Amino acid sequence: MSSELISEYEVIHAKPKAFYETYERKDELQHQTHYCPGCGHGTIHKMLAQAMDEFGIKDRTILISPVGCSVFAYYYFDVGNVQAAHGRASAVATAVKRSRPESIVISYQGDGDLAAIGSAEILHAANRGEPIAVIFVNNAIYSMTGGQFAPTTLIGQKSTTTPSGRSAIHEGYPLHVSELLATLEAPMYIERVGLGDNRQIAQASRAIRRAVENQVRGLGFSFIEVLSPCPTIWRLSPVESQRWVREVMEKTYPLGVFRDRTKDAQPRPTPQEPPALDAIPQIIGVADADVTEHSAIRHEPVTDVDLHVRVAGFGGQGVLLLGEVLAEAGLDAGLEVSWLPSYGPEMRSGTSNCHVRLSREPIDSPLVTAPNVLVAMNEPSLKKFDKSVQAGGWVIYNGDAFPPECVRKDVHVLALPFTQIADALGDARAANMVMLGALLEIAGALPQTSVDAALARLVKNPRFFELDERALARGRELYRESVREVCHAG
Amino acid sequence: MRKQLMKGNEAIVRSAILAGCRAFYGYPITPASEITEAAAEFLPRVGGVFLQAESEVAAINMLYGASSAGVRAMTASSGPGISLMQEGISYMAGAELPCVIADITRGGPGLGNIAAEQSDYHQVVKGGGNGSYHTLVLAPSSAQEMADLTALAFELADRYRNPVVVLADGFVGQMMEPVEFPQRATAPQTPAWAVTGTAESRGNLITSLHMGSDELEAHIQHLESKYRRAEREETRAEDWRTGDAEIVLVGYGIVGRILKAVTAEARADGIPVGLLRPITLYPFPTGNFQRLVPRARVFLVVEMSNGQLAEDVRLALNGARPVEFFGRMGGNVPSHAEVLALVRRLARQYGVVMEREEERMAHV
Repeated sequence: MSSELISEYEVIHAKPKAFYETYERKDELQHQTHYCPGCGHGTIHKMLAQAMDEFGIKDRTILISPVGCSVFAYYYFDVGNVQAAHGRASAVATAVKRSRPESIVISYQGDGDLAAIGSAEILHAANRGEPIAVIFVNNAIYSMTGGQFAPTTLIGQKSTTTPSGRSAIHEGYPLHVSELLATLEAPMYIERVGLGDNRQIAQASRAIRRAVENQVRGLGFSFIEVLSPCPTIWRLSPVESQRWVREVMEKTYPLGVFRDRTKDAQPRPTPQEPPALDAIPQIIGVADADVTEHSAIRHEPVTDVDLHVRVAGFGGQGVLLLGEVLAEAGLDAGLEVSWLPSYGPEMRSGTSNCHVRLSREPIDSPLVTAPNVLVAMNEPSLKKFDKSVQAGGWVIYNGDAFPPECVRKDVHVLALPFTQIADALGDARAANMVMLGALLEIAGALPQTSVDAALARLVKNPRFFELDERALARGRELYRESVREVCHAG
Repeated sequence: MRKQLMKGNEAIVRSAILAGCRAFYGYPITPASEITEAAAEFLPRVGGVFLQAESEVAAINMLYGASSAGVRAMTASSGPGISLMQEGISYMAGAELPCVIADITRGGPGLGNIAAEQSDYHQVVKGGGNGSYHTLVLAPSSAQEMADLTALAFELADRYRNPVVVLADGFVGQMMEPVEFPQRATAPQTPAWAVTGTAESRGNLITSLHMGSDELEAHIQHLESKYRRAEREETRAEDWRTGDAEIVLVGYGIVGRILKAVTAEARADGIPVGLLRPITLYPFPTGNFQRLVPRARVFLVVEMSNGQLAEDVRLALNGARPVEFFGRMGGNVPSHAEVLALVRRLARQYGVVMEREEERMAHV
């Protein structure tokens, strides 16, 4: 009998389809929400669900729920649900939307969550104009944790952590988030609404619908602040709570539209199709076809090499490049190599050094603490590192004469005014390559083709390439001349 | 595959992209910024997302979002930034979201300095966030391993639905070595659990919240079962000349490389030394340590921190052998010479049989 009766009715105001029929993620009372009587969340949820129904976006919607009473929004909304850390919903929403631009992303946050701990995240999401909808539920208090002060708490309003009421001197003033965000260029739509009476509720519903529509249309960042009653924490009846919204909260937080650029807005461009998988190694510069074939494949690898090189000098002398050319040339010649720069404060204090190893065997440590070749491009570097050079090793020094405290009897020395020599070649900055030329001649290890190949990879400017080639040749020559001099002297 | 000279930090990004990473959210910090810069250059060109976040807090929560949406995602930072990310890492472990985090460590505590240290060990390996969880931690010691272990990190992150950290020091990040890359890019399937804004994924929920005490306990036990499986299946370490080693040197990252040089030098002196370099710091390669107990007299742990790895080595050996520790900090690097001197002292102290002495005795 009763079922027949019901079948005669046409249902006009049904529960929105974007809600679950029963709330099975809840432990108990699966036919009703966990919100208190008179709480605004239920009303706002319904507005949001109705908008989802209207635009037919249930399948596309991803709802980001916050920490607070609405943490359980996923009990109710039959959409994709992601629950975020306290205050971070708009950061989470940012990334969801960017990776799934076709989805409708709604970030739902309370005032403790958004205006306090999440103030940075909302400010920057708004400033980037993330094309998401943010529903900001402002009840001027932390409700779920039991009624503590929030940045939105009104002047004089008591909370468990402002027991004698918020004082402007002690806690500052209520934070006007909508007005604050409206100072930014990027937001598309910002409105504050209330749930103080039926007229306000009707406007709130229109505003929330608008925010959803903006995203469906592919427009930018939409932000709806809702002044929402919390009878339990406010210790007021539901009816008194609505009146408090209307007569007290609204005085601090005036309702209205703070930003509307939707009329002139164009939908955001759709992202480009990603490239084919096959193209990716080439795009990121690791395709074999684009990596230079090393001449070691063409030549016999060099015989016996175990270079531990430390290069040091002022920033700007080309210390790192010298090391890099050496390492590249070694790789080209089929050797094991490593290059390790000094970085950070050392770089910024104006001195620079790097460690280079070349060996036929796999490199154990890339750190060169006891070099067998030290290239010292200035006096401080010589003083810093000369004692570390292995006995029988080489010091190549950019200067005519060694400072007296640096003279060692157990190392070979090539000390020449390399900067002046490079200057004579056309550019003092090529001193590093003159010194490298000398080093290569001393080590006698690397084929010229490998050095040329390394230089070509690292020095793209033809003028500098040509200069560096001459500088390298000059360095080799200088070493050979010095040997002859030693022989003559001997 | 051809090798090219590349910084470890640059190798990470290329390897990540080949492994299917299509989202990178970062915040600049020395000495990890090259990773973020390379990501900014390449991610948009492969149809991925790059965004510099307003903070490391936001960056890790953006990873939470990207991963929720079923996209392979990563970030990179250094100690102070990793500290800020601990909130999000804990949430991701709790919500079972995969991601890869590169931590290129520097000096601490606090602002410390920007020189290389290994003092993030505890905050990364032990899990700096709240709750009973672990991150899986891989510790590369070369530019090639930066590439290889980044690719592995993405595989493990998906396999275990858990954050994976590539823990490298500033040296490994900044140094250039020859690196070769696979010539194929992988296109991982969108996981069935992800929330992607489709009818099929509509019923999915990403959360770390479990209100009932039994429900949360069951969830933690589920996480634990994943960690036990990782402990069985994923431990990795490099054993080098440990077969007859009486002194076992232990170190990870750049220190592992230094210890290799020390091993060679000590061997040349006739001291039977070997190197055990953990590659997975969590799960810790306990088995590799226990296998060396019968022969080893002492383990020497060398770190660029205050004995953080040494604690795990002591746990792994469980008192079976003495564990000695040598650490340098502040950006100072243990030199071959000082470690070698220590090895010689330990050889005397622990009565290590010197090969040359054995030979000499044989001739008497």
